[in-house]
Amino acid sequence: MGGAAVTWLLPLPIVLPLLGASLSVLAGRAKGLQRTVGLVTLLASTVVSVVLLVEVDRGGTMLAVAGGHPSPMGIALVADRFAAALLVVAEVALLAVLVYAIGEPGAERNHVGFQSAYMILSAGVAGSLLTGDLFSLFVSFEMMLTASYVLLTLGGRREQVRAGMTYIIISLIASTLFVLSLALLYSATGTVNMADLADHMAVLPSGTRTAFAVLLIVVFGIKAAIFPLFFWLPDSYPTAPSPITAVFAGLLTKIGVYAMVRTQVLLFPPESRPAGLLLVLAGLTMVVGVLGAIAQDDIRRILSFTIVSQIGYMIMGLGLFTAAAIAALIFSMVHHIVVKTSLFLVAGLVEHEGGDNRLSRLGDLIRRAPVLAVMFLLAALSLAGVPPFSGFVSKLALLQAGIAEKQFVIVAVSLVVSLLTLFAMARIWTSAFWSRAEIPAPERLVSATGRRKSRSPLGMLIPTGALVAVSLTIAVAAGPIYAFCQRAAGDLLDRGAYTEQVLEP
Amino acid sequence: MTVMLAATAALLFGAGTYLLLQRKLSRIIIGLGLLTHGANVLLISAGRRGTPPIIGGSSTADFADPLPQALALTAIVITFGVTTLLLALAYRSWLLTDDDEVQDDVADRRVSTDDAVQDEVEDHQELIEWEELL
Repeated sequence: MGGAAVTWLLPLPIVLPLLGASLSVLAGRAKGLQRTVGLVTLLASTVVSVVLLVEVDRGGTMLAVAGGHPSPMGIALVADRFAAALLVVAEVALLAVLVYAIGEPGAERNHVGFQSAYMILSAGVAGSLLTGDLFSLFVSFEMMLTASYVLLTLGGRREQVRAGMTYIIISLIASTLFVLSLALLYSATGTVNMADLADHMAVLPSGTRTAFAVLLIVVFGIKAAIFPLFFWLPDSYPTAPSPITAVFAGLLTKIGVYAMVRTQVLLFPPESRPAGLLLVLAGLTMVVGVLGAIAQDDIRRILSFTIVSQIGYMIMGLGLFTAAAIAALIFSMVHHIVVKTSLFLVAGLVEHEGGDNRLSRLGDLIRRAPVLAVMFLLAALSLAGVPPFSGFVSKLALLQAGIAEKQFVIVAVSLVVSLLTLFAMARIWTSAFWSRAEIPAPERLVSATGRRKSRSPLGMLIPTGALVAVSLTIAVAAGPIYAFCQRAAGDLLDRGAYTEQVLEP
Repeated sequence: MTVMLAATAALLFGAGTYLLLQRKLSRIIIGLGLLTHGANVLLISAGRRGTPPIIGGSSTADFADPLPQALALTAIVITFGVTTLLLALAYRSWLLTDDDEVQDDVADRRVSTDDAVQDEVEDHQELIEWEELL
């Protein structure tokens, strides 16, 4: 048990944004004040999360129990390497998107409720990552989701209301199933503390354990959008304003994956993990997602379907259940949060430049917005897993783990899906950036000299560029980061050490 | 008593699932309400029965388990908030569409009925004509 001196930092990523949200409500219609509060809060949370990461990596898992109760009684906040790493990446993405949203001319960022809902979302994300208690995981999820309902339907356009309804209803069903599994877990074991649950799980019959494992896969599978529970995602995400879609795409599904990894690896002993089921689901998720992406015309819908397909890779890492695979999974989550968020931010800029989201209406953007084209290309190649980008490292590690476990079918499937992802990205590239527009641009986009002028505000370009730069940094520093992921995977698979650190600090 | 609680939960789940499969938003919302109630009843039945857990009231061995009750209370509050938001949205949807039906996803329909493909073909022909003109 190390890092006791900074344990008080642990609740800050949850408490600071909640304070920020209340200040934001109090600030009311004073836009400048609201934005300052938002930026300062997220900046502070980012700094805190970096300190936490450094401390956790140096001194081991950190624990803070609310109210000073003994461990299984009080609500525990736990930061191990996995949680701390994801927290840093999440805070960076949240901060970049907030800057982008402030820089974007449009109605949504001017909405009174935007800043406070965004702060609550970030508190929910931090809470879901840091909690050591299954019921607080439920509460944090709800905090995050309720904020996301508000953000998704902010503006109240017809399309948003339609998609928002589906999204809320699906999420609420998932939450109900979560409460149901909590009820069953509590009646079987008498605890909802994750470390305590892991200890109690051993006494249950193996059939009951497997049933719980599958039930939790369904609960988090809906949030993580795995096959066959993904259908709500490509329907609802694209209707939100672009910064909001970006943060949803980067973070929300990954939090679902995080919860799934945490529960499957920590709660269940190796023999009752449904590894085969997870691998089959992973393969189907990859294939269906990428095929969906190829069929679409709208850039944001293409990107939304590729989220589904990328989730498949993460589930594959989970399904293999080896240290190498879990390390690859953590690396791919870190990579994916950054790349996916930047791709959606670029898509928002494309909409600004080209005035449309549909590939059939876009074209020739490379001449008008070369910077945008370069940013898209870097992020898209990274997503598809082309060397030397970060996506390549994550896929290589995953494939090696798969080959080491002799799961050749899933390895082959993931290679084919990689190729198809490259095709889907190349489609966006050729039709939106490279080729001439098939349908002439609307008059309003053409300046007096006949040349279309670039309309990207710097406030949107800079955060997007920064995120792309982060993804390049991940590729450059892949060695140390991967070594860190291996340490994190070691922590995750060592269930005994985790329960000991939480229950007997 | 436990059987009664389990039966109540089952009934709520059944009725909720049936309502959820309807096409009208108002029924779906009521269905969700029933489903979440079912989950809460199940949560309550997870704890031990006994006397009210107030220190000094009776011996601690006879106490009812207060934790599931606290959990259920939290779950009820969360569901209440979300249901309110859902009702507001349903009202908004009714104002916008004059109907209580769940709307179809237009972009999805377009892809599935090949309209997008048709568009692409037409666009391509336009492009060829345009190039010939030049």
